[in-house]
Amino acid sequence: MKHVKTINKQNLKETAVKGGCGECQASCQSACKTSCTVANQKCEK
Amino acid sequence: MIHRFKNNGYNIVLDVNSGAVHLVDEMCYRMLGLLDQDSETMEEACPPEILSALSGEYTKTEILELYDELLYLHRAGHLFSSDDYGQFADKMGLSPLKAMCLHVTHDCNLRCKYCFAGQGVYGGEKKLMSREVALSAIDFLVEKSQGRRNLEIDFFGGEPLMNFDVIKKTVEYGRSLEKKHNKVFRFTTTTNGVLLGDEAADFLNREMNNVVLSLDGRREVNDAMRPNAGGRGSYDAIVPKYQHFVRIRGDKDYYVRGTFTKNNLDFANDVLHMNELGFDQISVEPVVSDPKLDFSIRQEDLPAVFDEYDRLARIMLERKKAGKGFNFFHFMIDLEQGPCAIKRLRGCGCGNEYAAVDPGGDVYPCHQFVGQPEWKMGSVLTGEYDLEMKGRFARSTVYDKPECRKCWAKFYCSGGCNANNQQYMGDILRSHKLSCELEKKRLECAIMIQAALSEG
Repeated sequence: MKHVKTINKQNLKETAVKGGCGECQASCQSACKTSCTVANQKCEK
Repeated sequence: MIHRFKNNGYNIVLDVNSGAVHLVDEMCYRMLGLLDQDSETMEEACPPEILSALSGEYTKTEILELYDELLYLHRAGHLFSSDDYGQFADKMGLSPLKAMCLHVTHDCNLRCKYCFAGQGVYGGEKKLMSREVALSAIDFLVEKSQGRRNLEIDFFGGEPLMNFDVIKKTVEYGRSLEKKHNKVFRFTTTTNGVLLGDEAADFLNREMNNVVLSLDGRREVNDAMRPNAGGRGSYDAIVPKYQHFVRIRGDKDYYVRGTFTKNNLDFANDVLHMNELGFDQISVEPVVSDPKLDFSIRQEDLPAVFDEYDRLARIMLERKKAGKGFNFFHFMIDLEQGPCAIKRLRGCGCGNEYAAVDPGGDVYPCHQFVGQPEWKMGSVLTGEYDLEMKGRFARSTVYDKPECRKCWAKFYCSGGCNANNQQYMGDILRSHKLSCELEKKRLECAIMIQAALSEG
């Protein structure tokens, strides 16, 4: 690639098929309690 | 759909549906700007209008070569990828309850001026949760959790350490049930630190998966908003306790968490001050409050707040590269191993897999709904649990929220805070615009940091 550098390999679509186990932390319990950010959470798998 | 932005000298492109992040040169950034940002496809041949728009500065060969590069990424699923998630959102029903915010105390030993809980009492009276209610809440959670193994209890208030004995008994009871029911309890506590003596510190360190320690930053900033009942600032009393706690904490999770207001729009200085105090897990969040209050952050404050987030991101990046990095909650993002797409469809879990229990045992969708009778959804004492209300929250995915559906950030905030939506927009499905704008800016900073680190 001459013009583009892709910095990650994750494809969210693949996680949709295998995901949804529901064992990860409820995001509001992490630190915020007044806002919501999910992308900083860990997958339990 | 793509989102392209410039930050700290980087041209960054997020492909929303795949989650791919690209660093691109100026020519590419411009070409992408000429394409429909919401598209899920690309034409096989470079459209004539793109050729003509760029032909003044680049040769035809260069333009066609770049277009082919983008087409290659599209075909590989990393650019203008399709949105296939609606099918999953449509199937999302009720989830087992797995997380509970336990309001062990509706009382507080501080008088924080921005407190959404109204000095800890949530519009009601001072009250401590009894042992009976707390243990019933554990039973309620175990029963409603069905097959979920990891269960979360956050001790919250008011100030939870004002009811320390009940916290201890609740933890002991939860632990006693783990083996029998094949559950793992993850306890957390949010505290203002005033009662964080040696015994409480040892207990919290041993039993809590995470401890959130409230502090707003610099002494004058903290003390202006977080006085005790006598009007005296809390900084000097709590900072040494936090420093002791974090020393014994080792590698276990904690956050020193603050709130910034219009009075400290230079909040990066508060984050940096906390880091200088020895804390490396930090969260400082914008106050969410009635715009009429003099400390509220309003639309006109956003340019200053955005500049400050940019400044903080640049400083954090420098420190990280110098081996002195620290975590800032809202800039943490995992672009490789983050949560699955299903999790991202409805984020916080409020009212569905998450609930709050007030000191009398009444159940609410989350801590921010506590004290509003119309949002009571059950009781841990009677076992009552409003499945119709639970269903409303279960269906609050990013595809059910009109503003979210078309937003590039939807898989990162997952629809934001339902309670904020209800309080300020009158509907859990109507996005609170100010919160959205702040979240989008933080995400851009977070992605920029990852992009910059990938450059070495």
